[in-house]
Amino acid sequence: MPSERAITPSTLSVKDLPWQIRWSRDTCTLCGKCTAVCPVNAIELGVFRKRQLEPPLGFMEAPATVYKSYYGVRQRTDSAYACVGCAMCNLVCPNNAIGPVRADEADKLRFHVDRGGQPRRRGGRRNVPGVLLDRLKFIRISMLTDPALDAGRHEFELRTLLGRVLPPEENLKHVRENGWIPPVREIYPLIVGGMSFGALSPNMWEGLQLGVAYLNEELGMPVRISTGEGGCPPRLLRSRFLKYVILQIASGYFGWDEILHAIPEMKEDPCAIEIKYGQGAKPGDGGLLMWYKVNRLIAAIRGVPPGVNLPSPPTHQTKYSIEESVAKMIQSMSMAWGFRVPVYPKISGTSTALAVLNNLTRNPYAAGLAIDGEDGGTGAAYNVSMNHMGHPIASNIRDAYLTLVKLGMQNQLPLFAGGGIGKSGNLAANAAALIMLGASGIQVGKYIMQAAAGCLGSESDRCNICNIGLCPKGITAQDPRLYRRLDVDDVAQRVVDVFLSFDTELKKIVAPLGRSTSLPIGMSDALGVDDHHTAERLSIKYVV
Amino acid sequence: MCRLFAIASREPLSPMVAIEALNVMREGHDGSGVGLFLRDLSGPFEDMKDAPILSGIFSEAGLKRLDAFMMDVGFMTKYKISIKVPKTPPAGVPRRDVYLIRAYEYPEEWEGLGPEELQLRLMTTRLKLRAMGEEKEDMIVFSFWPDVIMIKEIGDPLAVARHLQLDRKELAARVILAQGRQNTNYAINLYACHPFFIQGFASMTNGENTAFIPIRTFLESRGFPGYIGYNSDSEVFTHILHYMTRTLGFGIETYKHLITPLQDEDIARHPDAHFLRNLKQACRPLIIDGPNCVIGCLPDGSLFMVQDRKKLRPGVVGGKPGVYAFSSEICGLDAAIPLRDKSRDFQPMYLDTAVVGPGRQEVRICRQKEPLPLPH
Repeated sequence: MPSERAITPSTLSVKDLPWQIRWSRDTCTLCGKCTAVCPVNAIELGVFRKRQLEPPLGFMEAPATVYKSYYGVRQRTDSAYACVGCAMCNLVCPNNAIGPVRADEADKLRFHVDRGGQPRRRGGRRNVPGVLLDRLKFIRISMLTDPALDAGRHEFELRTLLGRVLPPEENLKHVRENGWIPPVREIYPLIVGGMSFGALSPNMWEGLQLGVAYLNEELGMPVRISTGEGGCPPRLLRSRFLKYVILQIASGYFGWDEILHAIPEMKEDPCAIEIKYGQGAKPGDGGLLMWYKVNRLIAAIRGVPPGVNLPSPPTHQTKYSIEESVAKMIQSMSMAWGFRVPVYPKISGTSTALAVLNNLTRNPYAAGLAIDGEDGGTGAAYNVSMNHMGHPIASNIRDAYLTLVKLGMQNQLPLFAGGGIGKSGNLAANAAALIMLGASGIQVGKYIMQAAAGCLGSESDRCNICNIGLCPKGITAQDPRLYRRLDVDDVAQRVVDVFLSFDTELKKIVAPLGRSTSLPIGMSDALGVDDHHTAERLSIKYVV
Repeated sequence: MCRLFAIASREPLSPMVAIEALNVMREGHDGSGVGLFLRDLSGPFEDMKDAPILSGIFSEAGLKRLDAFMMDVGFMTKYKISIKVPKTPPAGVPRRDVYLIRAYEYPEEWEGLGPEELQLRLMTTRLKLRAMGEEKEDMIVFSFWPDVIMIKEIGDPLAVARHLQLDRKELAARVILAQGRQNTNYAINLYACHPFFIQGFASMTNGENTAFIPIRTFLESRGFPGYIGYNSDSEVFTHILHYMTRTLGFGIETYKHLITPLQDEDIARHPDAHFLRNLKQACRPLIIDGPNCVIGCLPDGSLFMVQDRKKLRPGVVGGKPGVYAFSSEICGLDAAIPLRDKSRDFQPMYLDTAVVGPGRQEVRICRQKEPLPLPH
């Protein structure tokens, strides 16, 4: 640091940053790949001046100081260029000479990231490792009376229903009298949750769609994927693959002009319509697609001018109240497809979820309810929303299910749980636990991004720059120089891998419980937890 | 695993026939209990087919409370079998005061009631007695229904039968269901003992119903007062049967479509695909996840047997015109009807429902892939 440099309140040292670059002069080849790949320009070529003392042999000459310089990598300390820990430098380094290291104490950067009065915004996750779902165990193992099933060889029918199921008396009366029966889809219980075209790069989005189509058409697994709020490419809207897609509409209505115009030309009905009222990562907030991600393609699909910010309002502005909004939007969407497509709302986990649920139970067109818990991820949100807003998913789903049980409607209105499912890597176990707590299906986004595309996020604030379009893996980038790093077919292949391995693990969970012919929705007797209060709260067994 | 035996005969039989069949299958039950269901009674009950019969176990105090309660409602005792037992029961059998089988005259105000209301009142009376008994632990009530007797007790079936002298001549029936228990319900509770009964429907099951909790939750939330109890995971089979018949109005050939629906691709090929798909979706919480073998009796005296595809050793039905028996093991059938054409024995597999109608002339097989009968 030059001696005359002013030390301002926001002057930080490398030590003050959350991630510190460790660079080895011995092994560095000075190839420059690291500085080129760094998405936030946290490192740059450094020319270092070094004084060396060279004492001569003998007594004739006085000791001399020699100045030499060498080249290396310097970490910048300006908060706008702070290392995000993505470790792309390490990924590209031929000699493993460089990489970020987590600071050994709480960083000081967090107090200075609001330059210009703008609080921190980021993408990614909540950054809280661990989740209650990881602690739920499956304790009801079929032992003596009837042995556990063979997960590898037995036949399993692990499907769920998306759509309003009428009570048996009413349903069968309508069958007899040829009455209207609400549309119901039999689908795989793991759904790829809403990640929009725009939030995701074109290659990522296409890879997901391709993987889902392969699972359906080649492997016979009825997997469904939600579009998120960003519209849907016109060719997909007019293709037979639309039946695997859940079209999402949210408060910005992005892309819906295109979708509505495509209706007369649709060869297939979409799987369902999801009306997003909220999401777990930023409850009560709308989408935050920033101008630098809105390129011409995205603008065209969303029906907006390119290069403008696209913040979605937190609520559906055309409606007065959620009750009215839910009723009217469900009605309109149902009508648009001739009452052949299930329409359901998605809300963020909240202590008022039961009010929404009760409202839906009285609406015969409501096809379900998706609840997104606090651990949900996002492409862009305020840091404070991600870290502190929202409701854990487990108790929210449990309460909702038990409310339906009280009303005798537990089979009529399916609940879908999302938000941090599998965030520690235990996707099948988390999903099975939620199903046994009462969910009919699981929506998963972040896990897919990590497993199918190698997202670098972790629960320790690593990377998390999905919002600025610089995703170093090309997952959420809109710059072709970045997203071409992601191969569409590779993503599709990984999606297939994820679903197949999930399927095996799910069988490995349900088979020892003796279940194979139906998804064990609400089979709470199979669950135990090592905390008494949690057990009591979730009405499951306390086991130690 | 529990052992099950059921017999339907033109001629009245002593319940000992069933007990002896259980006895030859004894290696499969642990003597933790025996349950008997008798219907189409003969002997003294032959002439009072309409009189509701109360079956249960009472302490002296409980009996007094019962009498007071029944008098209060207006029931008059018409006939009773008092089973007086020796002071010291055999090993493993608890000491009881009275095993009661008592036929009543309906209260006068009940005259002229429609069958539905009458049946509801009979059930409600049984439930009230059960609640009274649970409160003071002085009565256990199994059934209160015309032409039906139920006896249940903890212990080895043969020892219990001898103890209660079930070979007495007043006790004979044309339909008998018997179960020798292998206790799987953690605590030994007589209300967990099969067969289970509700409004004329009875059934018993072996195996484990792993989907018990969601099914129970569904039944309990139907708002029907009789859907309670569930001390055993098998009680839901009786209630599903009742729900299907009474609420949905389907015959026994639909039962299997509820508890073990066809797989989706089979439904797609079925002539009643539209109906079956809707049935499967609407009744999804009633899908059992066995393995289970269910033997049951319908109000008209028909017997049936079904099992799910996980049942590795299915039960068997066999016999000759006039007498047919269902048994969880072939040796039980051999003991009860040794003289029969064994080549005509039938083990219902995962698609079959075997039914012996009230005529007891033949075994009718309904296959799940066959078209369903047209609605009446």
